[in-house]
Amino acid sequence: MAHINQAEAREWPYPVNYGKENEVSADVLILGGGVAGCHAAISAAKRGAKVVVVDKGAVIRSGSGGAGVDHWHGAYTNPCSRITPDEVMDIVKSFGPYSFGEFGNGISCYIQCNESYDALMDLEGMGVKVRDVDDEFAGADFRDEKTKLMFAYDYENRYCIRVNGGADIKVALYKEMLRLGVEIHDRIMATILLTEDGRQGGRVVGAAGIHTRTGEFYIFRSKSVILSMAVPAGQWIFSTELIGFGSSFNDPNNSGDGTAMAWNAGAELALMERSGRALSSGFFRYPPYGTGDHNNTWFACTIVDANGKEIPWVDRDGNVIRNVSDRYKPASGQKFFGYGRRGPYDIWGPSLIPDLSECIKNGEYVLPLYADLPGMPEHERRAIWGLMVYNEGKCRIIYDTYNKAGFDPDKDMLQLAVLPPEQYGHGPNWETYGPGQWREVAFGGGGGIVFDWDLRTNLEGLYVAGSQQYSGGTHAHAATTGRYAGRKAAVYARDAEPGPVGRSQIDGEKARVYAPVKRKDGIGWKEMRAGLCRIMQDYCGEYKNEQTLQMGIRWMDSIFESEASRAFARNPHELCRTLENLTHITVGKIIMEASMARKASSLHLDFKRMDYPDVDPPEWNKIVTLRQEKGEIKTGELPLDYWLRPPYAASYEENYRKYCDLKMEGEG
Amino acid sequence: MAEKAYMVPNPVMPCRVISINEELCTGCNICVDVCRTDVMVPSSEEGKPPIVLYPDECWFCGCCAADCPVPDAITVEYPLNQRVGWKRKDTGEHFRIGMKNPPPPNTKPPVC
Repeated sequence: MAHINQAEAREWPYPVNYGKENEVSADVLILGGGVAGCHAAISAAKRGAKVVVVDKGAVIRSGSGGAGVDHWHGAYTNPCSRITPDEVMDIVKSFGPYSFGEFGNGISCYIQCNESYDALMDLEGMGVKVRDVDDEFAGADFRDEKTKLMFAYDYENRYCIRVNGGADIKVALYKEMLRLGVEIHDRIMATILLTEDGRQGGRVVGAAGIHTRTGEFYIFRSKSVILSMAVPAGQWIFSTELIGFGSSFNDPNNSGDGTAMAWNAGAELALMERSGRALSSGFFRYPPYGTGDHNNTWFACTIVDANGKEIPWVDRDGNVIRNVSDRYKPASGQKFFGYGRRGPYDIWGPSLIPDLSECIKNGEYVLPLYADLPGMPEHERRAIWGLMVYNEGKCRIIYDTYNKAGFDPDKDMLQLAVLPPEQYGHGPNWETYGPGQWREVAFGGGGGIVFDWDLRTNLEGLYVAGSQQYSGGTHAHAATTGRYAGRKAAVYARDAEPGPVGRSQIDGEKARVYAPVKRKDGIGWKEMRAGLCRIMQDYCGEYKNEQTLQMGIRWMDSIFESEASRAFARNPHELCRTLENLTHITVGKIIMEASMARKASSLHLDFKRMDYPDVDPPEWNKIVTLRQEKGEIKTGELPLDYWLRPPYAASYEENYRKYCDLKMEGEG
Repeated sequence: MAEKAYMVPNPVMPCRVISINEELCTGCNICVDVCRTDVMVPSSEEGKPPIVLYPDECWFCGCCAADCPVPDAITVEYPLNQRVGWKRKDTGEHFRIGMKNPPPPNTKPPVC
């Protein structure tokens, strides 16, 4: 066979049966077994539904949160919290924890505010260590002596919890699902949503996909479906200084399959034009949390310059904070604080001096900088290095590698990345801004699927959770929206009959997905992926106009006609990556269509139209939506707070009470 | 007598990504099955270490090493670890990962 050197090739280690059909049926089908999907599965199974979970990776560790988490955000209902969900919503009208601003989603934000602590308690019930039960931090400012809960950031208001068993949450979720009889299908890439009689816009009655090791075909029939796959990541960046998938912040499996499937089924998408300048995936970036730092996982570490001169911490008004312990307190007259100088002034938190870049440029502070862990109080030092850097996702390697190499936080100051002065002070030091045309959609920064207070989409039977929504991005957001969607999908399935699956939809999908393994030669998936990313960089980068966007769509179509029709895969794994490329074409085109539909620039969306330079003109303060009807693209719009307008009540609390479905189950 | 030499394609990554200690590995393939991207596949010989087939698809999540039942059988190596450095506060000495004569390992356990 061409492209395969028989002398060097080894036979694929798994039995291969392309096209062989397997049929599975469920009450609730969950596509994407990350944090959101697992919580959804557990909550639906507890309501008696027969639940099936499908994941491209392995559910025991898959998803962006699969390797762990250190902060449990938004736990406003924990017994030590001094603020309430409604107080939070009052201050920041509509926001996601990492997407402060007018374009967050109030529904999932309010769900997180109300259920974050409950979801954490669910995990504790599954054996996850949440509290400081071994009294390692007895007497620490951030520890509540009675509950033994430990807090981060604002030690007075105590709404963000440090989880000391965070590294193993996914394993506990997996075991709980097995205990509840959830049927788990690992290594299956879902490629299509099945709709009633194959009709676009019809009720969703299942899904189909391929096994990424055996190549077999799976047909899932279900009364309701929860889409808990990820935000479409990796559209712009494939390889940087780091090669391959490691170059992107998001889980490499997050190729946007959920978004593409939903689009093809007729779901309405929102804010697909939104993206951000790559930071977490930027050029020169270090391993996440793997340099000295003063943000999030490293909050609020002392930073010194090359001569040992300390860089001052200041409050929101620029007043120097003299004591370490005051970095964890609100400013004078402030109710509570959030994360850094983000969002409204009301919740700006302590930070290093805001003009740090200037001070480095003018020589006041000398590079390189260091995180002065030895200078931190012992509890804080041990919390940063050992509790946070370890339990946070992907940090275990850092803890092990650095410790083995002799790094000792009691004695050593970890160096910050050495960067051009302007790169300092924007966010975590391990992140760096890349070129403007490198975009990313991490932490709720992209688009997703429109949903209502049931977390239902415009398609009957289809629900969304986690970052598949156009919001969120934290572990707690995924957990809480998953839990809520699980309840709603189970309630729907209780009264629903299975819907008819059309044979022609199955046959059409099989012809599409197996084409690359039937060819003898052609373009490999990596070359095509890199080319698709380059189209997005060139024509839908930081600056866009009608002409670039039209050209980008034209080249996407052209690649689809030409290279994609020659795409070639040697085994089921390569087939999966090749099909992801087809997803990238679909999603890339949606992003460019959405970008053409918004004829204004926007600060909140980090969206720059060269032909419409006005930034956030009032008439464009709305959500632009896109969906397909009989193959035609229909654009629409929604008010920024559509969830507080008819048919819904005008208050979060009233809507939540009406829709959350907690009372009837005796939970909450 | 002439020496023997071999040729293999260049590695695709600037680091080893995943190193398996063949003497410690029992070939249980747990690492293969927890990996989200199938970086490794099982050896054709039972009980032998898996093959690192797609190192460029590694996300460096570390789950393979975390879930390996044999301590130190798997090492996950980030690209460009040699750039990571620190300074000892009292003495001003500089260290980095990979240096000659490194300081002794810090064996303090994490909080978990």
